[in-house]
Amino acid sequence: MGRKLLLEHDGVPGIETLAVYRSKGGYASVEKALKTMTPDAVTEEVKKSGLRGRGGAGFPAGMKWSFLDRKSNKPRYLVCNADESEPGTFKDRYLMEKHPHLFIEGMITSSYALGANTSFVYIRGEYYYVMRVLEKAIAEAYSAGWLGKNILGTDYSLDLYVHIGAGAYICGEETALLESLEGKRGNPRMKPPFPAIAGLYASPTVVNNVETIASVVPIINMGGDEYAKIGIGRSTGTKLISASGNINKRGVYEIELGLPVEEFIFSEEYCGGIPNGKKMKACVPGGSSVPILPTELILKTAAGEPRLMSYESLSDGGFVSGSMLGSGGFIVYDEDASIPHGLYTFARFYHHESCGQCSPCREGTGWLEKVLHRIINGHGKMSDIDLLVDVAKKIEGNTICPLGDAAAWPIASAVRHFRSEFEWYINNPDKVVKMKHGFYSAKNSLVNA
Amino acid sequence: MSKPKFSEETLEVANSIIARYPADRKKSALIPLLHLAQAEFEGWLSPESMDYVASLLGILPIEVYEVASFYSMFNLKPVGKCLLEVCRTAPCWLRGADDLVDYLEKKLKIKVGETTPDGMFTLKTVECLGSCGTAPMLQCGADFYENLTQEKTDSLIEKLSAANKRSAYTKSNEITI
Repeated sequence: MGRKLLLEHDGVPGIETLAVYRSKGGYASVEKALKTMTPDAVTEEVKKSGLRGRGGAGFPAGMKWSFLDRKSNKPRYLVCNADESEPGTFKDRYLMEKHPHLFIEGMITSSYALGANTSFVYIRGEYYYVMRVLEKAIAEAYSAGWLGKNILGTDYSLDLYVHIGAGAYICGEETALLESLEGKRGNPRMKPPFPAIAGLYASPTVVNNVETIASVVPIINMGGDEYAKIGIGRSTGTKLISASGNINKRGVYEIELGLPVEEFIFSEEYCGGIPNGKKMKACVPGGSSVPILPTELILKTAAGEPRLMSYESLSDGGFVSGSMLGSGGFIVYDEDASIPHGLYTFARFYHHESCGQCSPCREGTGWLEKVLHRIINGHGKMSDIDLLVDVAKKIEGNTICPLGDAAAWPIASAVRHFRSEFEWYINNPDKVVKMKHGFYSAKNSLVNA
Repeated sequence: MSKPKFSEETLEVANSIIARYPADRKKSALIPLLHLAQAEFEGWLSPESMDYVASLLGILPIEVYEVASFYSMFNLKPVGKCLLEVCRTAPCWLRGADDLVDYLEKKLKIKVGETTPDGMFTLKTVECLGSCGTAPMLQCGADFYENLTQEKTDSLIEKLSAANKRSAYTKSNEITI
């Protein structure tokens, strides 16, 4: 059994209430930080912990905090990015819904470290019911004096609000999120200035993912050095993995970074292998934006080393034979699933979600969707395969924000590793038109699901 | 149709939301208020509803239109009482989301994007709703209906029809299937 820091009390009845959460030692990090540590000392522990942003980019959280302009006379803000929308990712929803107080505790301790007196949680609109869960827990925290004026009798005061979005993947990009929080369209901003200097209302702002914020709780409780001992190398601590697709046990798992991928997919403790006696074909290990890998490359690196669930191991081999840990959205494909069809759903997704600000992304994602649409409908041409790669290349690196890259990377990897499957589609239009919804063998998943 | 206006209760909620933001940054409350407006004004945002929200925030109507048209949860045209939003991005696709769409089209006798003649259901497909581990699924109002089978889908449609209420993102349908 791996160590659990965030989901330690998973399944405890009533853990979403303040009383039960307190009985399990909840809010200790707030007490420790506010009563015995300076804000800078809290930041220092987060730095020492080696915690990396859990939203997808993996940027060291403590370093991000240290960039915050503390000399400005403007108010400072902590904004939590709860706009979880990366296909394959549902861990933040789970964390907020099941463990709202852990998350709120992390918000208080982190806000204290940053000197923020008003903090926001920006949550995706589709999670309206999760906002209700958080609001209930926040109200409890206010009544018990964990939020509001002079928390625990100290000079520190904090107001915490949940702000609802309305359906836009792009608002997970931190500057688009801030635009949206200001009541505008979610168009990413040009950087610099970075939010640490001019973020929400042009004030110094830190934007962190939900899981990152929650991880601050165990870090402060055990100390940054102790936290850094968990995990492997520069991938410290634990990570929530959202497991979906063709596996026996889908769901959210907390793993110690460094767990072998093979153990994660096939052991009974985690995903429990592939259903219906099927073979595994491929895996997208970090949400839709990261490269897809065929089974042999997700289980072992090109050099034959076992692949581990860590930032470094999953990216071993670069984009030639590796991928990324990303958001930890682990999507498994069995042998029946068509790679071109799955790729089409991603291309459609990015086209739908492009904000339209940069031409390469606005136009390019549309082209990718169109070309893939004709391939999966039996109208593809052999030249379409290289056309896809060409369009993807022209998007990559040519946009204000990383959505363009995110749309491009899955294309390049799918074609690189599964080119023969695309060629089969183009050579066998008569067989392609007989396929149902992109599966090589007929089934109706709605029966006995 | 008379000019849209929030009930006193909703106006109170709206004002408490506006109060969260700095006095010169009231526009921040726009998206939360548009959700309230959509829930209160029959599930969609008419130009009149949007103008009303603009007046509450002291901003120009165009500032509301440009935001409302950007976000996929805001309906700029009338929809049925129950908007069924089926997720079909890869993790849902792998678990039969397209079968679910087919089944709903057949059952409701409408295509994606259409509303049943009685105005009860509108069928829509959406991109990833963060319910990948419990696919296939659909959202109706605030609720996620997950791990759907034909039987569960039948039960959902039957119960929503029987309740005959307008769904809204701001509230639960209070139906278990």
